[in-house]
Amino acid sequence: MDRSSQLLDEALGIVDDTSSMVSSSFPSSSVVLIEDCVETSGAFVIHHILKRSLSPPSSAAVVLVSLSHPFSHYDRILRKLVHTFALSLSFVLFSQGCNLAAHRDNRRFFFCDMLMVDFPRQGQGNVSKGGLIELYAKIQKVVEDISSSFGSGKCITIILDDFSLIEVAANGSLNHSLDFLRYCYALTSEFGLGLLVHTSCGGVYPLPSIQGCSLVILHHEDIYSAEESAALILQMEYLADVVIKAEPLATGLAADVHGQLTVLNKGIHDQLRSSKSKVHNFHFKLRENGVECFYPGTQA
Amino acid sequence: MATTTRPRTSSFSRNPLAGPTSQVPGLKPGPNGSVFISSGIPDLDRILGGGFCLGSLVMVMEDPEAPHHMLLLRNFMAQGLVHNQPLLYASPAKDPKGFLGTLPNPISSKDEKPRDHAAEQDKGLRIAWQYKKYFGENQQGHDSRDAKHEYCNDFDLRKPLERQFLGGKNIICVSTIDLTLETFRERCRTFLAQNSRNNGVMACASRIAIQSFCAPQCGYFDKHSEASKKSSLVPQFVKFIQLLPLRYLGVDHLGLLLSFQDWDMLAFIKSLKGIVQSSNSVAIITLKQFQACEHFLLSICIALPLTSNEDKELAKLLTGYQEMVGLLSIHKVARINTQVPLVLEASTFSIKLHKRRSLVLECLNQAPIDGSTGASYGTSGSCSGSTKQGALDF
Repeated sequence: MDRSSQLLDEALGIVDDTSSMVSSSFPSSSVVLIEDCVETSGAFVIHHILKRSLSPPSSAAVVLVSLSHPFSHYDRILRKLVHTFALSLSFVLFSQGCNLAAHRDNRRFFFCDMLMVDFPRQGQGNVSKGGLIELYAKIQKVVEDISSSFGSGKCITIILDDFSLIEVAANGSLNHSLDFLRYCYALTSEFGLGLLVHTSCGGVYPLPSIQGCSLVILHHEDIYSAEESAALILQMEYLADVVIKAEPLATGLAADVHGQLTVLNKGIHDQLRSSKSKVHNFHFKLRENGVECFYPGTQA
Repeated sequence: MATTTRPRTSSFSRNPLAGPTSQVPGLKPGPNGSVFISSGIPDLDRILGGGFCLGSLVMVMEDPEAPHHMLLLRNFMAQGLVHNQPLLYASPAKDPKGFLGTLPNPISSKDEKPRDHAAEQDKGLRIAWQYKKYFGENQQGHDSRDAKHEYCNDFDLRKPLERQFLGGKNIICVSTIDLTLETFRERCRTFLAQNSRNNGVMACASRIAIQSFCAPQCGYFDKHSEASKKSSLVPQFVKFIQLLPLRYLGVDHLGLLLSFQDWDMLAFIKSLKGIVQSSNSVAIITLKQFQACEHFLLSICIALPLTSNEDKELAKLLTGYQEMVGLLSIHKVARINTQVPLVLEASTFSIKLHKRRSLVLECLNQAPIDGSTGASYGTSGSCSGSTKQGALDF
């Protein structure tokens, strides 16, 4: 039934290891960049990653920095998402929905509501990055709290939804938004670094609890004119290990195909998997309970 | 909102908003716990799947040559006043209060009945038998509209709104001429805070209408206007609506100063979105130009593309062109509380005046194209509910 999201999982590098009875969650210390456009929203990838990170086989903690939606929005969506995972070939577990409020109480899900936060405006010429510094300090504190209370082996996923609003918060300053990105990146590698060792001595079985910190960023591709995008988008694409592009079909909107997804997986530095970069390309259809991915033309 | 959902731990829970809102006039419960508010145009409500979602920010791009955005604004505001919803209207005019005098009056239900009846007969005569199945669908649409005419009124553009509706205390008119963005934001914030305090959480939805947001008259955009002049040189509608961000159009280094203005405006829209989302209201902003970078902030984007009466090419391509007042195209409909996008039947609609008084939106009916004359027109939508026959009928 759930062949659908398997394609997306594979492309993202999330592997269900059926032979070892342990399924690995999101790859550690990786940066995932999701680019979308006006016609096609890429937010569903965030929901998918959120669900995968919080659902049973994975024990990761998630820090969601939301600049565009209130908590209730994610809460409602995640409740409806169905997650299936296979423990063995014959035994398939279905988990119904994902309760963000409960995860928040269990301190596995941290929601930074930046919707109502006004970043301080300042006079021209001297743009301070006060708001961003505070935001970064907040994220850092949460990450440190998690790693101190759960031990350094805890996998942490930081999700930024969405980065274009960070840019607005930085008053359009390219340098400041890039700085912010760099700091977040440093955070992932700082907390991922000690963990690579763990992963490698995990032997044949990838242990889900020994993971790094990964960063998921949603950004909009078509908000810049051509010259400008060279700076920020390219920087982000360079940093990212996985670049996901959500685009509308060239033939226009359709009721049964909502768009196409191009996933460039640059190869996650994990010794258990092949590390060549791969491009996946498929269509998707969004449902209330998940996303259905299929290769063009294979949908009945 | 976060606090209301927190105590419920089961994923199967009844939507607590569904009960009370169905009784409040002007609010309609939608899917996924969203609540709709009427746009004042029944057809637009139908197209958007029920109306504007509470908490959404609607951006209307103005047609540079015709004031069609005013039609949308007027209906939106009049509908709010009919439902006695608090309204904040901001405009670059010196006396914004005067605009209230131009609002249309709702057509009473008695008047409406014959209209629909006439339309029915009209259709019955004109529709070819192949289209009967589509006709059935349309019919249902009409019925549901009739049933909910309290939620959304038809407005008579020729009659001014009766004074009884203008008497409400909750109408605030603001002139944006000498307003800085900071104070403007504060005005919006206090307006919404007041209403949510007075009326409880769900009792009433507020509406904000901002006309010509970055008009040259406004103090905060005097530099902006210079850029607009420049940008008009750029061929418009290059691809979709992706206008280049203004600050990169300046050949000289005007850009440096402009960028601050621009980002300030974006920041204003961002914070307005936050305020609107948290206070169950809908804001509608009309703008001279979209910048592509504003799209991500918006819930619903509506553009009124350039229309001129002399467009022979269009007239050839579309049937019923003579009756059209303008075009309306919907670029984006963001959805709250769900990840499934809304797939519209078409993205471009024609605005028509029914009996010279009420606004009607229709799918574009593309005239059959002569094979020898080439490709079809790009922006025209599907014509599933075709009621008019083309020049070349078969």
